[in-house]
Amino acid sequence: MNLDDLRARFGSAVGEPVTFRGETSLAVDRGSIVALCEFIRDDEALAFDFLSDLCGVDRHPAAPRFEVVYHLYSVRHGHRLRLKVALEEEDPVIDSVTGVWETADWHERECFDLFGIRFRNHPDLRRILLPDDFEGHPLRKDFPLEGERKP
Amino acid sequence: MSAETLSLNLGPQHPSTHGVLRVVLELDGETVVDARPDIGFLHRGIEKLAENRTYHQVIVLTDRLDYLSALSNNLAYVLAVEKLMGIEVPRRARYVRVALAELQRIASHLFWLGTHAHDLGAMTPLFYALREREALMDIFETLAGSRLTPSFLRIGGLAADIDARFVDSVRAFTDTFQARVDEYETLLTQNPIWKHRTKGVGVLDAGQCIRLGISGPMLRSAGMPLDLRKAQPYSSYDEFHFEIPAGKAGDVYDRYIVRIREMRESARIARQAVDGLPEGPWTAAGSPAVFPAKDELRHNITAVIRHFGLVMEGMKPPAGEVYQAVESPRGELGFYLVSDGGPRPLRLKVRPPSFVNLQGLVKMIRGRLLADVVAVIGAVDIVLAEVDR
Repeated sequence: MNLDDLRARFGSAVGEPVTFRGETSLAVDRGSIVALCEFIRDDEALAFDFLSDLCGVDRHPAAPRFEVVYHLYSVRHGHRLRLKVALEEEDPVIDSVTGVWETADWHERECFDLFGIRFRNHPDLRRILLPDDFEGHPLRKDFPLEGERKP
Repeated sequence: MSAETLSLNLGPQHPSTHGVLRVVLELDGETVVDARPDIGFLHRGIEKLAENRTYHQVIVLTDRLDYLSALSNNLAYVLAVEKLMGIEVPRRARYVRVALAELQRIASHLFWLGTHAHDLGAMTPLFYALREREALMDIFETLAGSRLTPSFLRIGGLAADIDARFVDSVRAFTDTFQARVDEYETLLTQNPIWKHRTKGVGVLDAGQCIRLGISGPMLRSAGMPLDLRKAQPYSSYDEFHFEIPAGKAGDVYDRYIVRIREMRESARIARQAVDGLPEGPWTAAGSPAVFPAKDELRHNITAVIRHFGLVMEGMKPPAGEVYQAVESPRGELGFYLVSDGGPRPLRLKVRPPSFVNLQGLVKMIRGRLLADVVAVIGAVDIVLAEVDR
């Protein structure tokens, strides 16, 4: 898997590839995420047609606080890639990739539900696991593990 | 055509939804105009709980995801931690893991077969399938002391070595199992009612499956032979001989055929694993993640201290992140672990195949009859504990 083309095409929007335990991660600017995803899905040599997983990470109290992580798999080539987009605490918004991979729909809803990260242009951004009237986003690090909410 | 549709709640308390799935159906007569799945009734916050436990303590949580194949979850999780830690697992342990994962796949498919056929009005297969599943549960119980939640795998290996009893019981099971599958097939494969209820129902082609992230038997039934045991072998799967059954039509019937043939293949793999079982250690002794042997604790003070440290504080993997996926009975089951170098995971994300596969439901049932909804939900083979986590 050669990521040089990708870096030439997207310039500074794409970070240096990091390899750990044989897995490659790539940091991406949030502004380029949809264009980049479309490119790596359609590019013959990369062909990431299968979005395995999409999830959030909260690195509180570090800044930038949130990450959205995409795990991609290529059915044709059998290789994997991880994309990571950092988001600031004050503005946890990112463009939805539901237009690139349909499967992102429920993943993004879950990420919104549990982290409060909003996905722009998502067709139906509602809570998915928790009830609609639930307050807060429980996978945030400042959400307590147990205890009762004061009335 | 009437202008008005009827809203009907299917579930969350309905036997054919296999747990607590709720689907709000919009019906025109018996035809499904639209459907809205509603999930989350079984959300226990397992990912949040995992962030507050040591890596060893998470193993028991994984049993409670897909409780019909607890050992597959154990396997995916321990493989992820081992990758993070860089632990090389002894070959004997890898073989036992393969045997257990395949027996678990058979047990899971048997439960699916029995309940799915029962949903569609065929009661007999349930009794046949649960008879064999009971034999497997006995094997797990003898091995681990628990039927549904064995928690038998450990970071670096197994909870204990296996003995001749296990090997003998797996041999006895695999000796007769192919003939048992023939019995199930006699009941269903050419049965006109079964074919009528399942052929051409809930069709998804391979392209649709991939766009929807659908994996496992559902994807393979559409003619795409993608199986992570072959595509990205883990735990020595590359040393075993087996076929990847695939269908063609991508309908409920082909999903049945694929799972039936998978059970036969799994029995072959489990047999190979016990027949070719290597001698040697069953855990990566000496690794900082592995508990010292019980025997050592009686006369070695450093072992006691290490044991105490692992229990009270836990181990500290290097900072970094890994994603490890296995082929569970339902598809790609992945664990994404993020470590900040501390004794607890910064983040643990489960990629549950049931959750993702369920997304295809609406596409499969729109425009079909209400009775087909039951067939389609059964053929997705969901476990709600995994969907909701």
